[in-house]
Amino acid sequence: MQIALSVKGLTKQFGDFTAVNNLTFDVEDGKFFSILGPSGCGKTTLLRMIAGFYKPTNGTLEIQGRDMLGIEPNKRPVNLVFQHLALFPMMNVFENIAFGLKRRGEKGEAVNKKVNNMLERVGLPESGPKKINQLSGGQKQRVAIARALVLEPTVLLLDEPLGALDAKLREHMKVELKKLQVKVGTTFVYITHDQSEAMVMSDYVAVMNAGQFEQLDTPQNLYSNPASSFVAQFVGNNNKFRVDLKKDESGKFFAATKSGDLYTLSDSFNLQNSDFFDMFVRPEAIIINPSNPKPEFNIINADVKAILFDGGNSRLLVTPEKTEDEIIVALPQNRQFDHIKAKDSIKIGWDPEAAVCFNRMEKRIYDDEI
Amino acid sequence: MIRTLPNSKTYLAGYKFFIFIFFLFLFAPLVITMILAFNDSMFPSLPWKGFTLDWFFGDGPDKVGLFHDKINLRGIATSFKTAVAVSFFSTIIGTMAAFLFEQEDFKFKGALYFLMIAPLVIPGVILGISILLFSNALGIFLEDTLGIYFKFLTPSFWLVVIGQFSFITTIVTMIISARLRKFDRTLEEAAFNLGANKFEVVWFITLKFLRPSLVGGAAIAFLMSFENFNTTLFLIGSQSTLPINLYQQVRDGSTPVINAISFILILTTSIIAVANLYRGKKEI
Amino acid sequence: MMMKYKPNKIRWSFVIFFIPVALWLFLLIVLPHLELLRISFTSSGTNGFTLTNYKAFFTEPIYWLTFVRTALYSMFVTAIVLVISLPVAFYITKVASIKTQGLLMVLILVPFWVSELIRVYGWMILLRESGVLNQFLVKIGVFKQPIELLYNDITMIMGLVYTSMLFMIVPIIGVLGSMDDALIEAAHDLGAKKIAIWKEIIIPYTMPGIMSGSIIVFMLVLGSYLTPKLMGGKNSLWFTEQIYNQIIIYFNWEQGSAFGFLLLLLSSLIIWIALKVTKQEFRKVIK
Repeated sequence: MQIALSVKGLTKQFGDFTAVNNLTFDVEDGKFFSILGPSGCGKTTLLRMIAGFYKPTNGTLEIQGRDMLGIEPNKRPVNLVFQHLALFPMMNVFENIAFGLKRRGEKGEAVNKKVNNMLERVGLPESGPKKINQLSGGQKQRVAIARALVLEPTVLLLDEPLGALDAKLREHMKVELKKLQVKVGTTFVYITHDQSEAMVMSDYVAVMNAGQFEQLDTPQNLYSNPASSFVAQFVGNNNKFRVDLKKDESGKFFAATKSGDLYTLSDSFNLQNSDFFDMFVRPEAIIINPSNPKPEFNIINADVKAILFDGGNSRLLVTPEKTEDEIIVALPQNRQFDHIKAKDSIKIGWDPEAAVCFNRMEKRIYDDEI
Repeated sequence: MIRTLPNSKTYLAGYKFFIFIFFLFLFAPLVITMILAFNDSMFPSLPWKGFTLDWFFGDGPDKVGLFHDKINLRGIATSFKTAVAVSFFSTIIGTMAAFLFEQEDFKFKGALYFLMIAPLVIPGVILGISILLFSNALGIFLEDTLGIYFKFLTPSFWLVVIGQFSFITTIVTMIISARLRKFDRTLEEAAFNLGANKFEVVWFITLKFLRPSLVGGAAIAFLMSFENFNTTLFLIGSQSTLPINLYQQVRDGSTPVINAISFILILTTSIIAVANLYRGKKEI
Repeated sequence: MMMKYKPNKIRWSFVIFFIPVALWLFLLIVLPHLELLRISFTSSGTNGFTLTNYKAFFTEPIYWLTFVRTALYSMFVTAIVLVISLPVAFYITKVASIKTQGLLMVLILVPFWVSELIRVYGWMILLRESGVLNQFLVKIGVFKQPIELLYNDITMIMGLVYTSMLFMIVPIIGVLGSMDDALIEAAHDLGAKKIAIWKEIIIPYTMPGIMSGSIIVFMLVLGSYLTPKLMGGKNSLWFTEQIYNQIIIYFNWEQGSAFGFLLLLLSSLIIWIALKVTKQEFRKVIK
């Protein structure tokens, strides 16, 4: 596989603040690569350095083996789809897409052909003469992508372009964008704070925090084998337990919660690392009223506080007996659990293999997190 | 190109130099005027003959300072009275016009709106003579038919107020309209729903919301009236406003007392303008 | 937003707002200008309709020459103002750092409200024969003796540019300020050079601001009285001075009305043509 984008030791400082801290990674040709992180993690800075709008403080940046440092944004083989799209309101759809071609000095029939071809590809064959403000949100999206793709960039950069769309359309556009990328085969570098966008579309996702990558992996691996507390919290839903780690005489590890419950763990840990740990168990890894559980299963009694019905994504909110903790449990809609009502007492359990433990991260990802 | 794009040093340096020259051009005459208000000379020019406050406080016989200059003091008083009257009336009618064009719907609204903004493209001189001619004709007509003589229809204080009002109200209307357009009418409905009557809704909700634009509009009306020359020129009677007074003095040559007046005017307008700007930023 | 008419019920709010506004517009705008038009077709010597005043305008070269001169100079001044204002507005909104931006805005807006008369007076102090600039230039030896820099066409044009340029800069700043920087970045990213970005992106985007600024500047310059009178020479007669002379000095209101009406016609016509050529709407431009 050829490498489309290669970044080594890339750093960007604004005064004393380090926005991007010594990043090294490669993106293979033709892949959909996402950079996922909360706002302020440095992902926009990284993208703007790739596009050429910022000069890196340190490090190198190569596109298809060519050094990009010192090359103006308009001379780089990358194009950017802007967060708010930045479609030119005084031009129609056709003129917007033809803009870059004309700047290269292309004229006449060649331009027409390329633009119409592109419009066809993004599914807007008749929309050339339309004004920008006559387009729907999704159509604008496609025009913005077409405008960049028509220049046949080596890498297409996308700066959270789905952010402004409403939820339903966003779901739809995720699939559209993925299909489009597969069709055109261009390398996409996509930044977002929405983990679901990144997971659905990407071949690889880099989870970014405080200027660094916490983990760079396939979506599947990010979900099942998170590398840090941050990734475990940021990717997918998770139950977080603040725990101390204990070791018994036989060398088995246990997690002890504040209220005194002990949970079996499968992994081994180096206890010197830290005194405080976070344990994570995914909602769907927790089984309601497990029948014939394996002996090592963690099984606890819990009270149902509320049923959070949401179709296929329904969950139970439960509290383990004699505690104030809250645990979210996936509630499969296969009629098996229809009998469960609020205030019921149930048993829940999980395989120790399904739980992961990391050094505690004190920083909160969301302000309203408990 | 712009601050978020990489720029070459020569581009930025050249651009900065141009902007510097521009601001020099913009401020040079104002600064010179202000400085020469303190020159101890009989003429508003160099050489510098020492610092003096005589052009503000001198009481003659050589140097009559601004505060002993009866003609100019009277001009300032007249301009002040005119500006207060104009800003008072134009803010009231401007508010009504804003409500009419933003919240009401009626036949010929477009045509009436066009008339409302027309004063923006009518040269002030023409507005002045039109009002002069019309008030004159109306005065003669009323005197002939009713036998009553209306002083305000001949060039006088009130005719100046009327003339300035006729176009300043347009500006005020546009300032208030811009604010009213942002008003969420469900707030009124909410107030009704909570038991307010019509008057209370307008007083506590709508006008409260409009207040920044009312104050801003009145301030701008005051400034525009205070410095108006073109329209006023044709409508003054025996009481000259300050710009008319100053014009005659500038044309015929005068002592640096004009600089003293300019100094005070530049300073006060700057304070009003900056206050207006600051207030506008705070109350969005 | 359309409200339904309720024919049987008087909408008091409408009546309260409508009557004073209608009185203002009819008594102070419509009727006075109709009177202006009427008087321009009368003559103090004869009764009834006459074209004497207009005939005088076209037969007396001093009148129509001044008229044409005023129109051409006004357009010229508007063009110069535009050329100066665009880069200044662009610098303030897009190039200056956010910190200096606020300061520059204040610096622009303060002289905006200082009266035209004072600003012209400042130039007179600077430029006249005994003025500051002359003294300075003689001192450093550029001039051997003071030269009258006032009272010529070039100075007058500079004065007109000076007194009107802020009315161009402010609306352009208004439009550019709301322009998303990403539009320029996008154009740059798509390969456009500076000239192309100006031609294809910035100027088309700023067109409403440019037009409203141009209309206001043109109108102010055309109707200007103080600046040409105080800074222009004996030969730099402005058409407003002709009107003033007729009305105030010769007391020939009929002739003055005809001149006034012609000036009004000219300003409306040029504004209308400018709007048509640039495909802008009056209502959108005047906001």
